[in-house]
Amino acid sequence: MEAKLAEIEAALDDLRAGGGERYVQRHRDRGKLLIRERIELLLDRDAPFLELQPFVAHGTEYKVGGTMVAGIGPVEGVECMIGGADPTVRGGTSNPHTWRKAMRMAEIAEQNRLPTIQLVESGGADLRTQAEGFIPGGATFRNITRHSAMGIPTVSLVFGNSTAGGAYLPGMSDYSIFVRDRAKVFLGGPPLVKMATGEVSGDEELGGADMHSRISGLADYLAQDEYDALRLGREVVRRLNWRKLGPGATEAADEPVHDPDELLGIVPPDLRAPFDPREVIARVVDGSRYDEFKPLYGPSLTTGWGSIHGYPVGIIANVQGVLFSPEAQKAAQFIQLANQKDVPLVFMHNTTGYMVGKEYEQGGIIQDGAKMINAVSNSKVPHLGVIMGASYGAGNYGMSGRAYEPRFLFSWPSAQSAVMGPEQLAGVLSIVARASAEGKGIEYDEEADAKMRAAVEAQIESEQTALANSSRGYDDGIIDPRDTRTALGMALSAVHGAAVKGAEGFGVFRM
Amino acid sequence: MFRTCRRLGIGTVAVYSEADAEAAFVREADRAVAIGGPAPADSYLRADAVIEAALSAGADAVHPGYGFLAENAAFARAVADAGLVWIGPSPEAIEAMGSKTEARDLMETAGVPVLPGRRLDTQLGTGGSDGAALAAVAEAVGFPLLVKASAGGGGKGMRLVEAPPELESGVEGARREAAAAFGDDTVFLERFAPRSRHVEIQIVGDSHGTVTALGERDCSVQRRHQKVIEESPSPAVDDALRQAMSAAAVAAGEALGYVGAGTVEFLLSEEGEFFFLEVNTRLQVEHPVTELVTGLDLVELQLHVAEGGALPPEAVSPAMSGHAIEAHLYAEDAANDFLPVTGTLSRFDIPGPVRVDTGVEDGAEISPYYDPMVAKVIAHAPTRAGAARLLAAALVRARLHGTTTNRDFLVGVLSHEEFLDGRADTSFLERHDPAALAAPSMDAEASRLAVGAAALALQARRRSGARVLAAVPSGWRNVPAAPRDITFAVEDESELVVAYAFDRAGRLATLAVDGERVEAPVLHACTSELVDLEAHGHRVRYAVHAEPGGAVHVNTDSGQVSLTEKPRHPRIEEAAAAGSLASPMPGSVWKVLAAAGDQVDKGQPLLVIEAMKMEHEIVAPVAGPLEEMRVAEGDQVDAGTILAVIGEAAP
Repeated sequence: MEAKLAEIEAALDDLRAGGGERYVQRHRDRGKLLIRERIELLLDRDAPFLELQPFVAHGTEYKVGGTMVAGIGPVEGVECMIGGADPTVRGGTSNPHTWRKAMRMAEIAEQNRLPTIQLVESGGADLRTQAEGFIPGGATFRNITRHSAMGIPTVSLVFGNSTAGGAYLPGMSDYSIFVRDRAKVFLGGPPLVKMATGEVSGDEELGGADMHSRISGLADYLAQDEYDALRLGREVVRRLNWRKLGPGATEAADEPVHDPDELLGIVPPDLRAPFDPREVIARVVDGSRYDEFKPLYGPSLTTGWGSIHGYPVGIIANVQGVLFSPEAQKAAQFIQLANQKDVPLVFMHNTTGYMVGKEYEQGGIIQDGAKMINAVSNSKVPHLGVIMGASYGAGNYGMSGRAYEPRFLFSWPSAQSAVMGPEQLAGVLSIVARASAEGKGIEYDEEADAKMRAAVEAQIESEQTALANSSRGYDDGIIDPRDTRTALGMALSAVHGAAVKGAEGFGVFRM
Repeated sequence: MFRTCRRLGIGTVAVYSEADAEAAFVREADRAVAIGGPAPADSYLRADAVIEAALSAGADAVHPGYGFLAENAAFARAVADAGLVWIGPSPEAIEAMGSKTEARDLMETAGVPVLPGRRLDTQLGTGGSDGAALAAVAEAVGFPLLVKASAGGGGKGMRLVEAPPELESGVEGARREAAAAFGDDTVFLERFAPRSRHVEIQIVGDSHGTVTALGERDCSVQRRHQKVIEESPSPAVDDALRQAMSAAAVAAGEALGYVGAGTVEFLLSEEGEFFFLEVNTRLQVEHPVTELVTGLDLVELQLHVAEGGALPPEAVSPAMSGHAIEAHLYAEDAANDFLPVTGTLSRFDIPGPVRVDTGVEDGAEISPYYDPMVAKVIAHAPTRAGAARLLAAALVRARLHGTTTNRDFLVGVLSHEEFLDGRADTSFLERHDPAALAAPSMDAEASRLAVGAAALALQARRRSGARVLAAVPSGWRNVPAAPRDITFAVEDESELVVAYAFDRAGRLATLAVDGERVEAPVLHACTSELVDLEAHGHRVRYAVHAEPGGAVHVNTDSGQVSLTEKPRHPRIEEAAAAGSLASPMPGSVWKVLAAAGDQVDKGQPLLVIEAMKMEHEIVAPVAGPLEEMRVAEGDQVDAGTILAVIGEAAP
């Protein structure tokens, strides 16, 4: 775990460095605050900030983080989705990773009813990728106003350029704050205007903060400088009259009895060795209190009730990795119970999938797995996920993997997630190839087989890591296991921004 | 006084001015009567108002306190005439002591030593006068001596003569100056006692002819003739001297037929000679030191003798025990020429086994109307060193928030080697720079940690008041970057930045004050009011008090630091540019109020536009020369029409 944490830390160093010393210095020399400084000054003092999808684009040709910083933190006691481009990274231009991340942030804001504050300063689309950005860019603007229609406020603080399509960021927001002499918001800049109509104009008159505050009215507030803009942003949020719709914390939020620092030692280096997730739960839930449901039935999966930071939760965690029929049935029943009482669910993944084999197929493992996936799919209470170790195949689906839209999904550095494990996948390919060769009556090339297996294993190995999945935006971030309680607590608090209501229609089916 | 009365079952009535309506003494009295405006002449010096208040409240007696009318014979007489008991000596005694020369003569007659002095005949010391006669007079007075103008004051016409050779020129010079300044060249010689002390004897007399002396008080540490520290017994007075001085004081009291509490002040020379200065016919501010060493309640004695009672045996032959020292806590800036300061004393708390006599409490206003004394703090211990230590410790630990006080100065005096050796005389504060004595008791390193503690306490306050996510570790980040920071303005207006960060388990991970990191800090406890911080192996408790306006005060066992939290988002005033003034709307020019060439001030009305029956004043957005006034009264203007042009103000 330490080695994996070091790898994550290196990625974070790269992320925190932004566009690198030279561009950071140039940004400062212009008298501007860095994106992280802007966020700090916007947040309530000493309040926490849960940064989301920080590892997007890791290991790609683009900078890790997707040229934007985004996350959830309180502003004037209101948890907000805060996001903004990092202008030190390629001028804060957007690429496909940026758009994917932005879409995910919009989704999180919408599902959890989080007021959104955008810290705008961007050179627009990275023109190398404009073809990929055209459609998601449009969706960004659509989302802003749809959020507004849902009663989720949107605030834009414009620190610099926000031109062409970017003009619709403040353009679609409920509130807009422009920094004097800095904010430039226009559809077309002086060269484009000259090209289009022959008109000669300056950028201040086309889209300066002063102009938009006094003449066009696009800016609601004219900020004297960046600090003033952040102050005004806080002022706007203070007057939102915001109320969360969830019931809020109802249990005692005492610390776990067991020390969360011990979590690093709980996950074995080799994921083939299972570990007892109750050891993890005891270091995550309030007071280490966990009331297990059906403890004797389907023992390869534990289900039970507890609370995190005072929010009641139902927990589903893999014990032995494999899901058999009783485990699937128990999970389906438990998910229904959580829906019946409007309690959010936390899925703690360490599964290699549903059991295969004659006995199990004949025993109806597909139908039982389907019950679990059905329950997960139609469950209406918020789902949170933590991929602690393995999360393979349909087991990932049953545990409310990314495709099943958990409100928040975090991975530990030890997480591995794919359709199949690398050895299994390579082995299957080898068996299929061997069978094909036999069928054709040709001699099987063992040397080539070994090479193929090694190549496939290496590819899957590199694609199934926590960083690789996080880079694709398949989770909301890799967290240090010791931060699990805090991250889940913040996620639960965010989730309670919306009403917490389970599915209705049928009673709980005993399985 | 009220406390003593309450203990004795005597009802109390306070009189107060408008400025003191919220003062603690008003609430402490059983009843209170308002007697006028804040200026003393409108209230506390109005004898008629005080007597009327006493009569209307049904009082039996008037205690004059120790200021204002306390030594006013006419008032004492008026009180008696109104049928009220005057708690104090007779008007005649007050009157006799009110005149300095009469008092001196009276004392001399009673055998009380007075400072040797002689009025010089008109011809002595003038050109061609009898040098030998002058020398004889001077010899009788003794050297060194002062030549003083009889009509003088303020040091004019005053000459210090150290030895006989300087005598003639000194007298001549003084006469010349006196004549020029006062039109009267009469001078007198008076013995000058350098490095003398101010030692006074407390006396109490009853109406049965008994006058008792209750030991001495040494009030030598003075600044501009105001007592700062008083103690009893005096380190310069031994038993024999005490007996001699007490006998002289009793003789003085008997000569006056003194009834009540009074003080006979003496000058004590370096050689141990004492000379009468004056009698204060009231209770002194410094009376508590006498109370602590004698175990007597002087207010009770005053009341007792005013009722005609005889002095009890414990007052006639008092048993002295230990040593008491009193310090005057003032709202003043000792480092800045003792400039009085005003403001709100948001917190007033002096801990420890000391007596605190005060009229203030948390939230008291220090008004500019009266003496800026906040409290008297008195320590009593078996030894002088013990009392000094106790008093200094109480002052160091005192929580005095909101206004500057002379606390550090007092601590500086109390811990000064010369004072501790018992060598401080009336010139102590001339020889030692008050600003140096007033240096903060906390050293730079301790102050830095106190500032760090302030930041941590404010942090705790914000976390405990958080509306959401209050249980999450302070400032938690899953992507930790820069630490949290907070900027304070310190008293000298410089800025200090404190940076701190907590780890994922909520333990203090880093703490840096002004860019300097504290090595391995351990935060044992942290609330909005108490920080228990270990740094460099030392664990110190910091009491933190944050006022609503951003002022923060930190107290430790080694002193106090006061800071102001700076806003995170400093406000910038929108800078209006010089230039053209456009009409805000269509209308007609109704009035033109300035002409081209005028220098206009910011906010000055330049013209008035009338539109839709409303008048709109056009004011100068900046100060500067009015370069153009483009319109005249009656002109029709459109929205945006340039009305006037203001140029750049000359730098």
